Amino acid sequence: MSALLSIDRLRVELPAAKKGMRTVIHDVSLDVQAGEAVGLVGESGSGKSMTTRAVMRLLPEGARLSGEIRFDGISIPGMDRRALRRWRATRVGMIFQDPRAHINPVRTIGDFLFEGVMLDGRLSTSQARERISHLMRAVGIADVDRRLNQYPHELSGGLLQRVMIAAALTTEPELLLADEPTTALDVTTQEEVIAIIDELRRERGLAMLFITHDLDLAAAVCGRIAVMYAGSIVEEQKADALGLATSHPYTKGLLAARPELGRRERRLQTIEGRPISAFEVGDGCAFATRCPRVRDRCRQERPAPTQVPGGRVACHFIDFIDAAAGSPAVGSGGGTR
Amino acid sequence: MTTLGVASVVIYGAMFIVPGDPATLLVGGSKPNPEALAAVRRQFHLDDPFWQSYLRWLSGAVRGDFGVSLVYRSPVSDLIASRALTTILLVAYAAIVIVIAGVGLGVLAAWKEKRAGVVITMATTVMMGAPTFVMAVIFVAVFATGLGWFPVFGAGSGLTDRLWHLTLPAFALAFSWIAYVAQVTRAAVRDEIRSEHVDTAHARGVPERLILRRHVLRNASGPILTVSGLTVAGLFAGTAVAEQAFGINGIGALLVESAAKQDLAIVQAISLVLVAAFVVVNMLVDLCNALLDPRAAGRAAR
Repeated sequence: MSALLSIDRLRVELPAAKKGMRTVIHDVSLDVQAGEAVGLVGESGSGKSMTTRAVMRLLPEGARLSGEIRFDGISIPGMDRRALRRWRATRVGMIFQDPRAHINPVRTIGDFLFEGVMLDGRLSTSQARERISHLMRAVGIADVDRRLNQYPHELSGGLLQRVMIAAALTTEPELLLADEPTTALDVTTQEEVIAIIDELRRERGLAMLFITHDLDLAAAVCGRIAVMYAGSIVEEQKADALGLATSHPYTKGLLAARPELGRRERRLQTIEGRPISAFEVGDGCAFATRCPRVRDRCRQERPAPTQVPGGRVACHFIDFIDAAAGSPAVGSGGGTR
Repeated sequence: MTTLGVASVVIYGAMFIVPGDPATLLVGGSKPNPEALAAVRRQFHLDDPFWQSYLRWLSGAVRGDFGVSLVYRSPVSDLIASRALTTILLVAYAAIVIVIAGVGLGVLAAWKEKRAGVVITMATTVMMGAPTFVMAVIFVAVFATGLGWFPVFGAGSGLTDRLWHLTLPAFALAFSWIAYVAQVTRAAVRDEIRSEHVDTAHARGVPERLILRRHVLRNASGPILTVSGLTVAGLFAGTAVAEQAFGINGIGALLVESAAKQDLAIVQAISLVLVAAFVVVNMLVDLCNALLDPRAAGRAAR
């Protein structure tokens, strides 16, 4: 199996405030095929952003990583500085959550956009200019020349996120990492920005790892969705198969918790208990403390991902009769560092 | 401008409050005769009411005429002008040393946090506690009398000779300020290194060197510039100690000497010049900051 991006049993530990290390990502395995959009969904603190940071090698100082991340067969943790820089500059594009914080405030939009293209070294200034104005129009920015000379604080959040999208695409990457690209925007802008990302991605046949806490949003733009809870992926499913009988109890809880328009509810549905952090998880299932169907086995033994139709689920008691016949979907091989 | 105006009143007013009668000093002798005293008082307008004499002094000051020194009996502006070059040279020398060494050490400490950072932070903390007069004594002992690389005394003549003479005073003056600027620089640069837009630059594969230059130093330059500016402005006052210690005949030494002799006209003039230098340097810093940060420029325009 040669996925474009292949995360295999990724484990990330961060130095704790006092002493020792805290696990924030626990045995995460996930593949993204070329041209495919995969959604990574979870609550804040579930480790979804940390997973993308691990992929980009942007982990905080002192972080310890084990497992393997491969891009087109090349190990990302194994890259030297030069190769890493080259890879980041040419083959992957990243869209961050808060464009206001993630774009240098003292340099112009033009500086920001040109910086990315020119690193490549393959384009002349006029070619770069051509590509940038083309992309800016593609993300819906009209008066390109004026915008290029403006500073970030002169642009609205929505406009700035469009600039970020354009910047991520200037080097014609194969993979797009979008880390909650619309969370910092207001609702009407959110829709436009998502539509732009979705359209441009399809046109270019880009692969995308889309991080969000919004299941519906993920289902709208992604073919496949992985649900994260407390540092582990509890379920991976085709977007349209989410919430079927075979789903993980956590996913079901999330789906039930969505308020529906047009139906007045006396009280919003919630999942009992509080979300826990990855380092609080013991030997058992991460969701055991909140699961309505929890049994003794769940507290003692961590469930392995099990094949179900359309995906895999990490639960001991899925409502699927042949679940035991499925084989664990974790990829083989991949040395640790 | 307002600052200067207020400062001028305070400076002039302070001289009025100071105990001791300059007239007595001028006439000399332990029991001056009253007629001579009165004559001196009239000559130097010592009996006029405060506002009247202040205004006379101020109108002279704006024309560059600070009156006549009571001790030297020559125009104050001449006395200052003849010493200004030495002091300006000393301050400029120290300023360059401070900015280069301070910013350099600060950036290095932040960029190589693990290796250089710890050492530099410890060293600069010690350096901050070393006042100019202590460093002057140590420098003279080691580099002048000990190794004999630099002269102990005087300001020299001709540019290279002057610089050679001013090296020890400049470093003694700069010493603790280097540490101060280094620590502020380190903090500012470290904040920028950890900022999210620097993450973006890393994620885009921008080479480290460019990140440091375009995204870290450029953004950290605001606080660094402000502190450097304040430091340099403060040097004008600090030169008094260095000039005294190294026997350099500059404005600072003149100030100390005149204050001791109650030569009011000189003290007033020099104080005002120092305040003016401070204000001018600060204005330049604000101007540079506005040029460096488009957000500040926007605020200023509004």
